[in-house]
Amino acid sequence: MNHERLHIARTFIDHHYDMPLTLEHISREAGFSPYHFIRLFRLAYKRTPHQYLIHQRIEKAKELLRASDLSVQEICYTVGFESLGSFSTLFHRVVGLSPSSYRKWSPKQPPPPQYIPLCYRIKRGLD
Amino acid sequence: MTRKITHASLYVKDQNEALRFYTEKLGFEVRADITNGDFRWLTVSSKDQPDFEVVLLPLRASDWSLSQDDVEVLTRLLEAGKLGGPVMRTDDIHKAYEEWKEKGVEFLSPPTDQPWGVDAVFKDNSGNIYSLQQRKK
Repeated sequence: MNHERLHIARTFIDHHYDMPLTLEHISREAGFSPYHFIRLFRLAYKRTPHQYLIHQRIEKAKELLRASDLSVQEICYTVGFESLGSFSTLFHRVVGLSPSSYRKWSPKQPPPPQYIPLCYRIKRGLD
Repeated sequence: MTRKITHASLYVKDQNEALRFYTEKLGFEVRADITNGDFRWLTVSSKDQPDFEVVLLPLRASDWSLSQDDVEVLTRLLEAGKLGGPVMRTDDIHKAYEEWKEKGVEFLSPPTDQPWGVDAVFKDNSGNIYSLQQRKK
């Protein structure tokens, strides 16, 4: 039961990461109290709902930096961040390069296949 | 029927620092970069060889992969240069040497004449040792 509701919450984040989501908003979607929700979400997915939201935004930003012509600022707002400065700082800390540097070092064409080969997935117990 | 190696993995001490080294210093491109759970599948390749990807594999303990003991042993071997290493080939070793040295790449040996051409040795910022070769024409 909890598992299903957590999955609903995660899917909600997946679909609305670009909105100004709050913890109350997400936990209400899944029918939990905020405190209880953080604890269960973390147990299930090894990160807090906020960390998961940030992760989704950064992954999407990487994708747009590679594949789109949007400016870094446009990408920042498109994926749900409200300040370019905090987006750039966070991106650099998580990814290792600044957004513009990441774009510079990512080939434009053709889009790279985004998959993890089976032997690595098996070894690490990934989905 | 074709049979090609498309990926080979290298252990790196920190994926972010390795990514900076391979792009900003060596000029490699990011080829794949996806995170699943706490595992980041990160590959880079030389611009001249986009179909051969170097997997930057984090040297870090996790439930599914390396134990803390494994990490300690591998780190020791990596730092001692005992894990073997890739060989790269260029058509202008002196230019590559000057460019990379200027960017702060650590060379263990400058370009040195060998029976087969010229050979230099450098290491990445995790300690993986590379041979850089230019063959005789």
